[in-house]
Amino acid sequence: MKKKILIVDDEPNIVMSLEYTFKKQDFEVFIARDGSEALEILKHQTPNVVLLDIMMPNVDGYQTLTHIKNTDSLKDTKVVFLTAKNKASDIEKGLKLGADKYLTKPFSVKKIVSEILELLA
Amino acid sequence: MNNYALIIIIIIYLAVLFYIAFLAEKNRRSKWVNNPYVYTLSLAVYCTAWTYYGSVGIAANTGINFLPIYLGPVIAAPLWIVLLRKIIRISKQHKISSIADFISLRYGNSRILGAFVTLICLFGTIPYISLQLKAVSETFEIMSDETSYISTAIIDDSTFYVALLLAIFATFFGTQSTDASEKHKGIIVSVAFESVLKLVFFLIIGGYITFYLFDGTTDIYNKMSVTENFKQLTSLSSVESGFNWFFMIALSFMAIFLLPRQFQVSVLENSREKHLKKAIWLFPLYLLLFNFFVIFIAWAGKLTFGGTQNAEYYTLLLPLEYGNSFLATLVFLGGFSAVISMVIVSTLALSTMVSNNLIIPYGFLDKFIQNQPERNSKYIKNIRRISIFTIIISAYFFYVSFSKELSLYSIGLISFVIISQLGPSFFIGLFWNRGSSKAAILGMIVGLSVVIYTLVLPFTLQAYTGNDDFIQYGLNGIRALKPYALFGIDFLSPPAHAFFWSMSLNILTYLTISLVIKGNYRERNYAEMFVDSRNFVTLQDSALVWKGEAYVADIKNVLVRFLGEKRATRALNIFFKKYNLPANTQLADARLINFSEKLLTGSIGSASAKILIASVVKEEQISLVEVLKILEESKENIVSNKVLLEKSNELTQLSAKLKDANQELISKDKQKDEFLDTVAHELKTPITGIRAATELLMDEEDDMPKEMKAQFLKNILQDSDRLGRLINNILDFEKLETGRLNLDLGYNDIQKTIVKAISSISQIAAKKEVQIVNKNVHTFKTNYDEDRILQVLTNLLSNAIKFCEPKKGKITVDYKLGNEYVEISVSDNGKGIPEEDHDFIFDKFYQSQHQNTIKPQGSGLGLAITKQIVEKHQGKIWAKKGIKKGAMLVFTIPFK
Repeated sequence: MKKKILIVDDEPNIVMSLEYTFKKQDFEVFIARDGSEALEILKHQTPNVVLLDIMMPNVDGYQTLTHIKNTDSLKDTKVVFLTAKNKASDIEKGLKLGADKYLTKPFSVKKIVSEILELLA
Repeated sequence: MNNYALIIIIIIYLAVLFYIAFLAEKNRRSKWVNNPYVYTLSLAVYCTAWTYYGSVGIAANTGINFLPIYLGPVIAAPLWIVLLRKIIRISKQHKISSIADFISLRYGNSRILGAFVTLICLFGTIPYISLQLKAVSETFEIMSDETSYISTAIIDDSTFYVALLLAIFATFFGTQSTDASEKHKGIIVSVAFESVLKLVFFLIIGGYITFYLFDGTTDIYNKMSVTENFKQLTSLSSVESGFNWFFMIALSFMAIFLLPRQFQVSVLENSREKHLKKAIWLFPLYLLLFNFFVIFIAWAGKLTFGGTQNAEYYTLLLPLEYGNSFLATLVFLGGFSAVISMVIVSTLALSTMVSNNLIIPYGFLDKFIQNQPERNSKYIKNIRRISIFTIIISAYFFYVSFSKELSLYSIGLISFVIISQLGPSFFIGLFWNRGSSKAAILGMIVGLSVVIYTLVLPFTLQAYTGNDDFIQYGLNGIRALKPYALFGIDFLSPPAHAFFWSMSLNILTYLTISLVIKGNYRERNYAEMFVDSRNFVTLQDSALVWKGEAYVADIKNVLVRFLGEKRATRALNIFFKKYNLPANTQLADARLINFSEKLLTGSIGSASAKILIASVVKEEQISLVEVLKILEESKENIVSNKVLLEKSNELTQLSAKLKDANQELISKDKQKDEFLDTVAHELKTPITGIRAATELLMDEEDDMPKEMKAQFLKNILQDSDRLGRLINNILDFEKLETGRLNLDLGYNDIQKTIVKAISSISQIAAKKEVQIVNKNVHTFKTNYDEDRILQVLTNLLSNAIKFCEPKKGKITVDYKLGNEYVEISVSDNGKGIPEEDHDFIFDKFYQSQHQNTIKPQGSGLGLAITKQIVEKHQGKIWAKKGIKKGAMLVFTIPFK
């Protein structure tokens, strides 16, 4: 079965690169432009992993993560933060909230892929 | 008018004054009694019958020479704030009760000096009082009918009874308290009341004569200018008369401080220092008003009567001549008011001096020591009462036997010159600590002798012998000793001449003796306290240097005699409490000596107080050097304490400032951190895009479709542009926020700028098919930085495009002129800005929580920069509220 990934980011160019990459890796890719769109998709889909930006309008990354953690059907879904916020305190906060990985922007596409694959292995 | 009618009017008027004084005493603390206006009006006791009648006389005979007498006080008034304030402070501190007390205390509490000053004041004031009585008597005569009974003996002379009534008034309200340094509210308020009356009545008669009897000031002037001697009467004819003026002004300058009655009202009766502030302009104004009509009344009198009448009484004669006896009565009452206030205040001041500086220290002290307390208080009051009566009665006899022949003006000036002999020791002593008591006494003796020789003697000789040999030929025919032209100085008027010589020799003697003979330590002690009064106020009772053996019990005994058991005990308790001493202290120190002397000073004068206290203590002689050393040390202590206090205050302030600055720095730092964080975040976004796209394109193993490659390349381009814009914006914003951006102001057409902005953005708009309308096409030129305003407009326009729906979007640019600014608006029909966001949209990196579209590709700095630019132009920017559809952003540029 195809692995499913949900990419949540409000920057179209970044989303485009990630989408292209993960499709190449044979993922089924879902895209959300912010937290609220993500939550909408998650009502019907149960991705293996959610790649989540933090700074987004309306519902931000933290809120989305909390929601995923509180949803029973999503208990197997891994959540990876992908954000420009790279202060130690930010990373600590992200991991404390229950993120499985914390990756920072700018990123290497190859590295992202290997991190995700490792997480899902 | 009938004699009796006039007497009844006088009695009613006096009754009114009694009532006013009585009310004032009853309401001593009321603001009606204690205010700067009453204080200022009481100063007007300066204007006596001499002003009221005499000025007109002098104006008629010698022209404007009456003016210097008022110019001196006018010049002195601004100096009061420094000089009079110092005198008031010293007097309050030492409980001084007269000018004699003041001067004698300055020179080491010298009994003989106090007595001498008192004698000079008596000598100078009694003739002056008699002059007032003379004015009452003469005006009374003028007012009564020709057929009226003219007195031949004292017993039926109405002036005598007027004098008696005044004595009773002064006694009643002047000796309410044994302590003469207590304020006499009743007398002061009635004097203020009289000052109003005399001014108002004088102005009424002045107006009546000038505008009713004549056709205004020009009419009188024109009529007068055709008479002979006119020029001489209206101008200063020569350098000589300039000198005369100078000396007369100097003379009256001194008088306003030194006349016993002026010292009484301006220093002793001053309840609050701040009243001076009003007095320094109000009092000169009073004098100015008083003198306004003088010259016209004088000329009007001359024109009416020629030379046939006594010019001093023109104010009465003119209305009587025209049958207006009502106005004449008003004038009479005004003059009477001037007399009453002068006589009462002068006798009050003199009687205090006579009792405290003459009678008590020179004869009654032994008696006091044996007496019981209640009797002492009665004794003191009685001495003052008898003094008041004696002074007024002697003035009456002086008037009866001498002054009938003399004019108001001449006696007034003689009085001034005599009193001015106190000047050198008074004024110089305030600022020079070397001035000594021997020098003060000798200076006064020399000055007074000169006055007697050059003024009093020739004046009286001429008046009584009828020949002027003495004036013509001098003493024993020596020309250099001619009394009106001593050593050949013959161009001054007699009073100016006497003032010049007496003052010069007085000052010379005072300075020389002070320099040659050193005063004793006590003198120097007081001298320091007076000269450096500001520092010594803080020293209080320790300012007196004293060494010796004294017992509290002995001192208390003395105090009890004068204050009574209860007051004495209370005073001592206060003293012990103030200095933290046990109540059973047995040995007295310098502070208690000083404190007790001050307590007694009000009742019996400073000289007697010193003698009394000295009689029960054993004082050791201290050398002058020792006194100076002690004083210097205590002063230094005060100064260093002051400096310490100042320094510590400064430190407290400084540390508070530092705290604030630190707080500000922390908050600035925090803001800066946040800003940098956001900037970094914003920069990272396009970089992330570029990096990811580039990595994908570089992967040679990947067989990316051609159109995908093109898309990624396009993304890279887009992100690079965004990065560039972002960097520019950050730099702009930084410059604006730190105020380093200077506007390049030019005279530009707002219409052209709008057109430029629209065309620069038209491509983007066209792409989204959004329409931009330029509504107001008129030109308007004003000053602004065109590039920056262009930036503002482009920002607002691109924002509007961003939030417009494609194809349906419509943007309108408009401008209107206000009174002081041009108001430019950019509105769109997009989804609008929620009102709760209005206050924040101009914050940097602010993004609405309600923004539901794809993130617009802004830097987050556009509106923040826009706001900064507008504010740099002194304009304002805001989002208009209550817009139905879309948003409207408005900014203003003020015209310069």
